[in-house]
Amino acid sequence: MTSADKIVTPAFNESAEDLRHDFLKALRCMILSRTLEEKLSSLYRAGGRIVGGVYLGRGQEAFSAAAGIQLRWGKDIFGPLIRDQAGRIAFGEPVIDTMRTYLGVVTGPMRGRDGNIHRGQPKQGYMAMISHLGSLLSVVAGALFARRLRGTLGDTAGATSIGDGGTSTGAFHEGLNLAAVEKLPLVVSVANNQYAYSTPNHRQYACEDLVQRAVGYGVGGHSVDGTDLLACVKIFRTAFQKARAGDGPQMVVGRLLRLGGHGEHDDASYVPDLQKHTHEGRDCLVVAQKQAVEQGWATPQDLEKWHKEARLEVDQALAMVTKEPVPDPYRENWRALSTEGLVEGQEP
Amino acid sequence: MSTITYLEAIREAQYEALRDNPDVFLYGQDIATFGGAFKATKNLGREFPGRVFDSPISEDAMIGMAIGAAVEGARPIVEMQFADFSSVGFNQIVNQAATLYWRTNTPCPITIRLPSGGTAGSGPFHSQSMESIYAHYPGLVILTPATVEDAYWMLLDSVKLDDPVIFCEHKFLYYHLKSDGFGQGMPIGKARIARPGRDATVVTYSAMLHESLKAAEELRLDGYEVEVVDLRSVKPMDTDTILASVARTGRLLVVGESFPWGGATSEVVARVAGEAFHLLDAPPMRLNSKDTPIPYHPNLWKAHRPTTASISSELRKLLRY
Repeated sequence: MTSADKIVTPAFNESAEDLRHDFLKALRCMILSRTLEEKLSSLYRAGGRIVGGVYLGRGQEAFSAAAGIQLRWGKDIFGPLIRDQAGRIAFGEPVIDTMRTYLGVVTGPMRGRDGNIHRGQPKQGYMAMISHLGSLLSVVAGALFARRLRGTLGDTAGATSIGDGGTSTGAFHEGLNLAAVEKLPLVVSVANNQYAYSTPNHRQYACEDLVQRAVGYGVGGHSVDGTDLLACVKIFRTAFQKARAGDGPQMVVGRLLRLGGHGEHDDASYVPDLQKHTHEGRDCLVVAQKQAVEQGWATPQDLEKWHKEARLEVDQALAMVTKEPVPDPYRENWRALSTEGLVEGQEP
Repeated sequence: MSTITYLEAIREAQYEALRDNPDVFLYGQDIATFGGAFKATKNLGREFPGRVFDSPISEDAMIGMAIGAAVEGARPIVEMQFADFSSVGFNQIVNQAATLYWRTNTPCPITIRLPSGGTAGSGPFHSQSMESIYAHYPGLVILTPATVEDAYWMLLDSVKLDDPVIFCEHKFLYYHLKSDGFGQGMPIGKARIARPGRDATVVTYSAMLHESLKAAEELRLDGYEVEVVDLRSVKPMDTDTILASVARTGRLLVVGESFPWGGATSEVVARVAGEAFHLLDAPPMRLNSKDTPIPYHPNLWKAHRPTTASISSELRKLLRY
């Protein structure tokens, strides 16, 4: 038996109306995400406003949003990664929090103490990634574990994301193995975007397909064309249903191409032109909009309207954040402990 | 008659933490049925079903899991089988746990127990003292109990604290150190004058407290009164108590078991030199282990770590200056 024999891909068993609803919700998150990220990109290129790097999810919106729409803000646990702007929007993070974190204003969730994609609200089940890949997996697992321990798990699911490169870390392995041992309701999205920064897949792993690893971990494995929103929506619905039903962790591997550099500082000149014209290289947003029209779920006028609304929302967010205060080192409390009395050099 | 060992104090504190707070759970390798490599969780799995868990051998994921659980309101106590293995979970400790509150305003109440320090025959990878490494990072509380009383009270306090605690319990003291009871306890962050004196100050912590006290006793026979300060917590460090002691004695020796490059002992010397240079009658001295991995054979091991003899010898140099 090959490992592929064990890969689970059950049929989508919801009504056509549910599918339409999920698809359009995801599509609108994709449009908003793309619009927001285009703004971030131009702000970065213009210079001055965004101090650090800009890391975009272009080309990965379908895969990210399809996972994100399965999550309920305040009920589920989400630990997104670098290229999850669309999934973050789908989960319920307002666009203005992205803008606030990139511009480092004190009104944002990270208050200028951390920036760009390193943002979250852990008390709301929205974990804030650190840069060390794979290390968020066990954190999301721990949150689920605690809920089960305290009898509050209910139908909670957790989700986290990783890329092809991140699957090579020890933390990813340890975390997924732990989640599998505990049979936690966790969905792990693996966006196989062909490059870890500049390193191509053949220098990253030696198995034929990353989904084969699911068998080794004893978790459900699912493969999907990451450029195809319809397919992504179906696969994540299934994966989340299985996780919530007690089937243990589910790993969804999406095949796609990162349509840009690692960050906006990176021209990705190491990606051969030919690869950009492969199936994985097609733009998932273009594909999704075509699907929406073909299915009769949206008209071109609807799409134009949604783009316009997204531009308005992004422009309003930027206008608002521009007026918000940046951090003041003289007002910063410089306190890394929550227990005031234990902070050295400060009176309790 | 002294009846309670340092190890039993640690077990008792965990028992009470589990008994008194349903949010507390224990997570570690071989701790549930087996009771842990040192039996620090003996019977706790049976007494608290569903609250004590065997983990896979995954220090990184163990700590990450505890962090996620703490965010959700649980108060995990994680046992590293040996302090040395916490290096595998280092990233989660210093980058995830230690930054969480500062970055996200979310407290991270986890206690990580590190069976620390050398015992004869344990060799390079079952003997390390990690307090200096972790103390370097903002956002962590580093406790180094030297007594049965502190092992008990400080562990209970750790679990109540809303910040990540690295609880460095010394394996050499597990069975050797005994006491009648747990006494009153002292607040975290306060050092203790373990032995009063006027001729020199030894600042130390953990197992080195006991070697230092023996050295002070040796010097008493020569007519010197050596004050011994037990830091109790390496971070926060009670600079006031250290400076007050140096003000009394004018001479300082800092003793620690960890490696000599930098660390807790250097920090004490730096603070005293920087803030109380005028109080010193002699250059401040440090005594640490040697700058090699920790050796296996007892002959080498005893010469590698500070001992009563080497502390006495350093004290004599300090007093002669």
